[in-house]
Amino acid sequence: MIRIALAGNPNSGKTTLFNALTGSNQFVGNWPGVTVEKKEGRLKQNKEVLIADLPGIYSLSPYTMEEIVSRNYLIQEKPDAILNIVDGTNLERNLYLTTQLLELGIPVVVAVNMMDEVEKRGDILHIDALAKALGCPVVPISALKGSGVQEAAKKAVEAAQYGAGECKHTFAPAVELALQKIARQLQVAENQKRYFAIKLFERDEKIGQSLSVVPNVESIIAQTEKELDDDSESIITNERYTFISSIINDCLTKRNQNTFTTSDKIDKVVTNRFLALPIFAIVMYLVYYVSVTTVGTWATDWANDGVFGDGWHLYGGSAYTEDSEAYSEASTILNGFVEFYGEENVAEALNSESETYDVQNAKTAAETFAASIGMEDEATYAVVDEETMATEMVTATGAELAEAVQVLDDFDFTEPDPADYGLWVPGVPVFIGNALESMQVADWLQGLILDGIVAGCGAVLGFVPQMLVLFFFLALLESCGYMARIAFIMDRIFRRFGLSGKSFIPILIGTGCGVPGIMASRTIENERDRRMTITTTTFIPCGAKLPFIAMVAGAIFGGASWVAPSAYFLGMAAIIISGIILKKTKRFLGDPAPFVMELPAYHMPTLGNVLRSMWERGSSFIKKAGTIILLSTIFIWFTSYFGFVDGSFTMLTEEQMDQSLLAGIGKAIAWIFIPLGFGNWQATVASITGLVAKENIVGTMAILYSGGMGTVYENMAASFTVLSGYAFLAFNLLCAPCFAAMGAIKREMNSTRWFAFAVAYQCGFAYAIGLIVYQLGNFVLNGTFGIGTAAAILILGYGLYLLFRPNPEAKSKKAVKVNA
Amino acid sequence: MRTLKEAKVGETVLVQSITGTGAVKRRIMDMGITKGVQIAVRKVAPLGDPMEVTVRGYELSLRKADAEMVQVE
Repeated sequence: MIRIALAGNPNSGKTTLFNALTGSNQFVGNWPGVTVEKKEGRLKQNKEVLIADLPGIYSLSPYTMEEIVSRNYLIQEKPDAILNIVDGTNLERNLYLTTQLLELGIPVVVAVNMMDEVEKRGDILHIDALAKALGCPVVPISALKGSGVQEAAKKAVEAAQYGAGECKHTFAPAVELALQKIARQLQVAENQKRYFAIKLFERDEKIGQSLSVVPNVESIIAQTEKELDDDSESIITNERYTFISSIINDCLTKRNQNTFTTSDKIDKVVTNRFLALPIFAIVMYLVYYVSVTTVGTWATDWANDGVFGDGWHLYGGSAYTEDSEAYSEASTILNGFVEFYGEENVAEALNSESETYDVQNAKTAAETFAASIGMEDEATYAVVDEETMATEMVTATGAELAEAVQVLDDFDFTEPDPADYGLWVPGVPVFIGNALESMQVADWLQGLILDGIVAGCGAVLGFVPQMLVLFFFLALLESCGYMARIAFIMDRIFRRFGLSGKSFIPILIGTGCGVPGIMASRTIENERDRRMTITTTTFIPCGAKLPFIAMVAGAIFGGASWVAPSAYFLGMAAIIISGIILKKTKRFLGDPAPFVMELPAYHMPTLGNVLRSMWERGSSFIKKAGTIILLSTIFIWFTSYFGFVDGSFTMLTEEQMDQSLLAGIGKAIAWIFIPLGFGNWQATVASITGLVAKENIVGTMAILYSGGMGTVYENMAASFTVLSGYAFLAFNLLCAPCFAAMGAIKREMNSTRWFAFAVAYQCGFAYAIGLIVYQLGNFVLNGTFGIGTAAAILILGYGLYLLFRPNPEAKSKKAVKVNA
Repeated sequence: MRTLKEAKVGETVLVQSITGTGAVKRRIMDMGITKGVQIAVRKVAPLGDPMEVTVRGYELSLRKADAEMVQVE
């Protein structure tokens, strides 16, 4: 087995080369404990060669996760060779990493990529001169066109067999002298001595971990620093670039220094002072429109209501939709009249769920009833909106009733069956349900399989189609180079909240669905920014929270129009406040991460790479987030459908939810929410079912508040005040998101500790906001003052302190400046 | 002594030295901003920060706070 490490700068075409070398023989994972992706693959032509794709890096400094991961791999795992891909159009900076790779004592082969672009510019690369100057084989390639790729692989395999040559490049005499003195004190393999000597000279903080004996070389360093009047780290960096400058003119003949490339021309428009923001808005609108409003929603509806629902139409669906709407409208009018006139016998005859239901009976009953109503007579009845459970009073005339009965007659008093229209594909649950039915499987087992496992799988897979649409766009934006410009344009706003300019996309997508929103954070390079984005993205109300917002607004606030906008405002405020508070905490402090970012040249993206990136991200969600989502869905199903009725443990129907285990849990922990004003078990249980999917809160509230007098809304209004209602809303908007989103958080954090932190922070923040709303609201409106009020004031005060305290990082930075 | 932050758009400047310490300084230097290199200031982002420069033949963006650490002439 030969192991080759693929190393190179970001944007050097490394991923394209890796795909070209390995094809589909890839394994994607994570480097242990960090959010950095790890990819390995076997060479297409020779399965004995394993290629490890290192993260894209500019240097082997100890300051970013990517760099640490890469150098630990190179030093500890000692691959047999390094294939170093460099961008031929940007040779100078790319060779900077090469000089560092050459010092590791591992054979290096340099593949100069984008040769087609170099030639197009009229530049000439002198391969032999470069090979001689670097002391290693150099191969010109074009990863995109596939030319030279096999040659590069062959050279790397050869190099792995023959071993490393000597490191050719040298630094200034004073530096070389110091390095020699340090090397003499080292107890490492001969060919690694130069690397360790340089790292010790640089005073690298992390290098001690890789050495058994760390010699004290401070006096040698101090002397050289004094001699060259600079700090040792800068001396080495300077020396490297000095070496590159000394060889670059022999290796590369540039035709013209100042030509404007196509990329420059595009950039002149795209990041133009006046056009940048409008163009950005248009691009974002397009991404949102396609991946959330249109295609994404169709895909999600298809996956959730079709594949994991009743079924879907391959074609001919629109005729069914029309008919089914006409039928349900007509039966609403008929049922409304029957209810208004209190005709219970007719109602019983029309009840299609009843065991004695007979089409002929229903027809006769309806026609006789309609005939008894005059054309001018009117009936007023309540219509319940399925999504938000809002009730609306509607008045219809006898004429409309006659028409409705006629429509129902046309359908033969039978609800249209989707299977009779076009090509109907039954959903997975229907299919499995029928199979279980025919095998006469016990009810509880059917429930477990259908409502637990299948629904759980649906919860995982239902998000995937929409996610793929979004990932397609992200891959497109990344590979064409626009993503870096987004960071450039938006940086000024977002960095104040400890976020990256690229956090805009996760938050924007989060308004549609938090799951792809969180997954979109992967485009952010900086680990801290990424973790901050993951933690705060789901504060923004997603699509599934909208019915819940509408329900609270309708039931408790009399349909006030300010409630929904206030939810978005609350979400945005939560992101901003959390960003400012968290970025000052120890957890998010650490080394200051400078925003020094390359703006890569624009490239035409290739479909293959875009599709591959889309699929990798989608499948990693299924694999890594799937288990947690599935298990928690099953748990909630079990606790809501089982319980003790009259002392015996049994399976329950939906209406019996108040006797379920979940209700028991709700009753046991409802006291937690007493300070927030909604310490009743119904609201607690609804919040728990909201963890499966936020729209479930509406359904659960409807079941738990349906009994007794009045409508669901009236019952809710009776048990909530305006303040406890808003506290309930705020808590559920801000607390831990649904299991699918939590699965995504866990996957993206790639660390149980960080996952636990994110969820705990979200719940704690939600609780604090709920407490402040309810307690301080009560104090202001009703003048009540109690322990809760005091606690709310204390928490608010502490929050304000965290918000406005000076940044400890800035402070320590200043102190350093003073000392220096 | 001027810093890169004060350089005007369209101007080309020569780097004299880099102040500061640690990760920020290393990162700036890793990206090719070292003593004696030429930097052309290309533009400033629409919201006034960060700035875009050409150094060693490629485009680099850096915040003005970081550009302040680069002494130029």
